[in-house]
Amino acid sequence: MEQEKKIIFTDNSRITVEALVQSGADIFIGYPITPANLLYSYASVRFPVFMAAPDEITTLQWMSGFSAVGKIPVTATSFPGFALMIESINMAYMMELPMIIILVQRLGPATGTATTGAQGDLALLNGMISGGMTLPVFNFYNSFDYWALTAKAVEFSVMHRTPVVILTSKEEMMTKLSLDVARLKNISKIERNYYEKSETYVPYRAEKNLVPPFLPLGNKMHQVRITSSTHNQRGIIQNSTAEALNNSKRLHYKNVRNIADFSFYDFDDEPGSTTLLVSYGVTALAAKEAVINLRASGEKVSLLIAQTLLPVPQIYYDICSRYSKIVIAEENLTGQYRQILFGGGSRTGISGVNDFGSMINPNSIIKEVLRHV
Amino acid sequence: MSKIFLENMELPFCKGCGHSLIANNIDLALQKNNYSLLDVIIVTDIGCHGIVDKCFRTHTFHGLHGRSVALASGVSAGLSNPEKKIIALIGDGGATIGMQHIIDAAHNNFDMTVIVHNNMLYGMTGGQPSEFTPPGFNTTINDQSPKHKVYDVCQIASSAGASFVSRVIASNDFSDLLATAFSRKGFSLVEVMEICPSYGVKANPGMKLKNVVADAGLELKTFTDNNSESFETVYKKDTASLIDNQKEIQAVYKSSITRPVKMVISGSAGEGVQTSAELFARAAIASGLNVTKKGNYPVTVGVGFSSSDIIISPDEIFYTGTSDVDVIIVTSQEGLDYSSSSIKNLKGGTIICDSSLSLPETSSKIIKHDFRNKISGKGASLYSLFYYVNYSKIFPIEALIESFKGEKYSSKIDISKLLEF
Ligand SMILES: Cc1ncc(C[n+]2csc(CCOP(=O)(O)OP(=O)(O)O)c2C)c(N)n1
Ligand code: SF4
Ligand SMILES: [Mg+2]
Repeated sequence: MEQEKKIIFTDNSRITVEALVQSGADIFIGYPITPANLLYSYASVRFPVFMAAPDEITTLQWMSGFSAVGKIPVTATSFPGFALMIESINMAYMMELPMIIILVQRLGPATGTATTGAQGDLALLNGMISGGMTLPVFNFYNSFDYWALTAKAVEFSVMHRTPVVILTSKEEMMTKLSLDVARLKNISKIERNYYEKSETYVPYRAEKNLVPPFLPLGNKMHQVRITSSTHNQRGIIQNSTAEALNNSKRLHYKNVRNIADFSFYDFDDEPGSTTLLVSYGVTALAAKEAVINLRASGEKVSLLIAQTLLPVPQIYYDICSRYSKIVIAEENLTGQYRQILFGGGSRTGISGVNDFGSMINPNSIIKEVLRHV
Repeated sequence: MSKIFLENMELPFCKGCGHSLIANNIDLALQKNNYSLLDVIIVTDIGCHGIVDKCFRTHTFHGLHGRSVALASGVSAGLSNPEKKIIALIGDGGATIGMQHIIDAAHNNFDMTVIVHNNMLYGMTGGQPSEFTPPGFNTTINDQSPKHKVYDVCQIASSAGASFVSRVIASNDFSDLLATAFSRKGFSLVEVMEICPSYGVKANPGMKLKNVVADAGLELKTFTDNNSESFETVYKKDTASLIDNQKEIQAVYKSSITRPVKMVISGSAGEGVQTSAELFARAAIASGLNVTKKGNYPVTVGVGFSSSDIIISPDEIFYTGTSDVDVIIVTSQEGLDYSSSSIKNLKGGTIICDSSLSLPETSSKIIKHDFRNKISGKGASLYSLFYYVNYSKIFPIEALIESFKGEKYSSKIDISKLLEF
């Protein structure tokens, strides 16, 4: 039987904020910036705690304080604000504090054009943790995923004690759309496990999954030391002892190893095709439309929509290796995900569809796919 | 008194460093206030003073340069528990780069104590001057001796709204003052004047700290003591779902379109372009269609053009761009200026515009109507959409009427005027 529909006229900012709260995020701290303002205003009415910070550095510092005492904080910003947060995100990464940062991309460089979308910040995210370590980055592309996978992003962040970036863009967060909300599946609130043993708590002694158990600052059971400088398992600053360096390296491997269970992608495999179209975020929608049109005219093409962008899931490489031609479509000048996946320089069989300052049109994707089929 | 809050180990500072006096006095003051170890959270900054956290037996939290006060503010707001004592340590360097956080924490009256370790220079990086370095006080950067008065963090914090603010010269025992600061509700700050033997003494042989402080015009006193109510984090319970509270739109009408229709409506800010486009979108949804709608306007939304891209489709909509539109509706000169390049590029489609406007050369079908005169500039967008639905029959005009009636402002507009074609 067909399920009852409930159509509303909404936007993905609303869907995302609701998903965050239902999955257990409880604190929103923000500083206004277009095109993240819808998230900010929805959060102000929906989050249990909403705080207007005086700037983005403070935003991240407050969030880290809240996170260290056991809350799940969220913020939303765009490049200019995000740039101010970078040192503090590194701090939270080193401290292993869960939190969600939503980066709504707009056209740069610098303040660029606040009201024009873009996909220009992925390269920054890829190298953002000093040391080149990887920070989990997700970018969804339709309302149902903004719903269900936002909850997954929260889960990843809390379970693995790491800041997580939800990358998105102006078009994705501000476009109003008709949506059948009856199709949104239930989200359950995340359950957190704290360290419960009576033996001394060693704040950075990791378990098998490379994640140390959590205890909030201020608890009455055990002393907690949290630090962002290079430290040993006890949270004591060390210059470069083997223990301390291993601890820092663990932060990278923790994310790389655990991302396998959080590798979200849509792979639409057309039997017999030799061309794979890869896209993400707002451009994934154009890619989907391009594939529908290509197939309607008898062309064979497969489509990979990446939603877990970083660390790059191994499966993407496995999928790519099956095709002789790969076209990567993204709304930036230089092909940022293409370079992350395949390196700089040109390589036979790998090409990009790129644009700067306007959305990529399905027709440009079709043209590139057909160029030498 | 013996150490309780400090480990029984040597402090990590150079011999004679004022930071040692402060660490010892924190221990004494905490003892005087009878805190238990795990009710205390010490938040440290980057700077020489910040390496002290390994010596404390309390909870410790060690972050970035200049941000300890903001980090401690987050802890304070996160715990929102008067039984916990949150202490942020910061240097004059940290207070220079992070002054905003001190002002802000005082302003919010977060429940915490800040101890400013003012040795009048950046110790950790080699003795360079900070904004707290007084004129005449030499640092390792010779020709940079400050020409201006120092930051007076006590005055700044007081005027920002702190509960308790005091300045003192470091000595063997100033724990009573710290104990008082710890006991106050809300934001308290103690600025401790001290000396860095390794750089400060070397660059200023024979100087007396007392004289330096006096010459800098820094008063040693309590500036503020009002024990005012501290910040309390309010947890809103059971806020309404953002989705459940949205109006459901039932598809009670039917549209006969078989492929997507992409349109742009452009007019002037303040003339209801966006609200009319939304009303139209709801009517399309009520006609069983999928819809996307975007707004385009200059950053200052109150002036200039206002434009909206709308796609209506019987099928799922993926790409929401409107580079290949079917219909352009223009209701004002500003709207025309904004959309003139789209009009030039339009192939095939239809342009509906106000009679007053002169369009650029185009091969598209043009329909002119006196929208502005017949109804008003403010009503022109709404009227043009009624006109378009009536003309195109993309969905029943009843759907639009119904959608219009659902708007709060509908009583202010005479619907019969909107239906005069
Ligand atoms: C963002 C940033 N800029 C610069 C530094 C380098 N740095 C480390 S400590 C410090 C100054 C410390 O001076 P102060 O806060 O007065 O502490 P002191 O060493 O005198 O105790 C600076 C500039 C840094 N760690 N972070
Ligand atoms: S360098 Fe100066 S501030 Fe740093 S520990 Fe030595 S004496 Fe103290
Ligand atoms: Mg100093």
